[in-house]
Amino acid sequence: MGVISALGPNRIAFWQSLAEGRPGIRAIESIDRQQFRFQNGAEVSGYDPLCHFDEKQIGLTDRFAQYAVIAAREAIQQSGIVFSDPSRTAIVTGSCVGGQGAMDDGFVDMYKKGLPRVNPMMIPRVMANSGASQMSMGFGITGPTYTVSTACSSANHAIGQAYQMVRYGMADSAITGGSEAVFSFGFLKAWEAMRVVSPDTCRPFSKDRRGLILGEGGAMLVLETLEAAKARGAKILGEIAGFGMSSDAHHITQPSPDGAALAMTTALKEGGVAPESVGYVNAHGTGTIANDVSETAAIRKAFGAHANRLLVSSTKSLHGHALGAAGAIEAVATLLALQNGLVPPTANFTEADPLCDLDIVPNIARAVDVEVAISNSFAFGGLNAVLVFRSPNAL
Amino acid sequence: MPDDLMTRVINVIATTQHIPVESITADSTFEELKIDSLDGINILFALENEFNISIPDEEARGIRTVREMAAGVEKLTASA
Repeated sequence: MGVISALGPNRIAFWQSLAEGRPGIRAIESIDRQQFRFQNGAEVSGYDPLCHFDEKQIGLTDRFAQYAVIAAREAIQQSGIVFSDPSRTAIVTGSCVGGQGAMDDGFVDMYKKGLPRVNPMMIPRVMANSGASQMSMGFGITGPTYTVSTACSSANHAIGQAYQMVRYGMADSAITGGSEAVFSFGFLKAWEAMRVVSPDTCRPFSKDRRGLILGEGGAMLVLETLEAAKARGAKILGEIAGFGMSSDAHHITQPSPDGAALAMTTALKEGGVAPESVGYVNAHGTGTIANDVSETAAIRKAFGAHANRLLVSSTKSLHGHALGAAGAIEAVATLLALQNGLVPPTANFTEADPLCDLDIVPNIARAVDVEVAISNSFAFGGLNAVLVFRSPNAL
Repeated sequence: MPDDLMTRVINVIATTQHIPVESITADSTFEELKIDSLDGINILFALENEFNISIPDEEARGIRTVREMAAGVEKLTASA
């Protein structure tokens, strides 16, 4: 697995921050934050594309696609996998808004600077499959390759699809995850208008939470069957044990506990996993007023009395909400938690909310061996996707 | 509060919600007018344009009636 995020350029830095409960939320540097009601974000700090790509590649890619490739390189390197028949490997990525930053730049050129034409590479930079296509070209993968866009559930839907392809024999292996680059002036203005971004920090499940903090980055996993991984002597990082999807059919922005609960129970049933065997929930946990109450109700509905024994944390309090990359970043967080026997905390916690009355692992990571965890992603539009992970120590 | 300010606020709500002006009074609640959180965001956006003001998230959050909304606009226009 590989990850680049506000918590650093790779999985080692990422895990250090998660384990220490050290957030990557800071004053936004890449745009003029004085023109916004919110000032803070979870940017990949000190990012220099020239450390990863040559100038020609940079000219062809928006930052979101670069993050996809960087995370995939790390994941492939760690896995040690050799794609002996590249037509039998799939690439499925998630992104909410693709190269919207490149589009924003082009529109500034036209509408603000009055230029008569835009950069001719705007289309290949903007298209949401740009990351997947760059991965395909970079690694010589010729199997099924595509991108899923379901807002904040994109990466979980992508990983779930890749898991199903490998599980049901459509591919021998897959590279899957998500990436996002949100920090453009126009897109941040759109978030400002939605009035869901916190003016200070992200405090999921706290009574005084004030909204989400936008983040960016990418994360990728290499999937193969357990048998294939064992046969080649791979270091197994965990198992995807189930996947569930649902739609609220309710409201374009307001979440429904019923839809989220349905995705959780569907994921557990699909994997044949008893709810009582789950020890940790990596929550969607955006830190908005609406999500955290709704998700608490959904977890209670899905798990019943067992909800009181679950550890539930939102790592968005540390790496921010990276939209279409969120599920992938949180998949890496969940796998590392299982592997290390340490549940990362919900950071920035201040005061308990009676409507969010679960054990949210406030502020300090908890050492506990968990066999099975789930990771929730719920999107605007009411689209829910839940992944179930089993610890490598339980295989 | 000046009558014309209240009238302008009601007109903005009517236009944004696609409902008759006559269906809205100063004492109408958002619940009565079936204004949900997303509608509320649209109304705030329209009010910001109508009065050339910027409405902070925190001030907007607790507003539940047309009268409260007009009072908030009056305060912001006075300080603008």
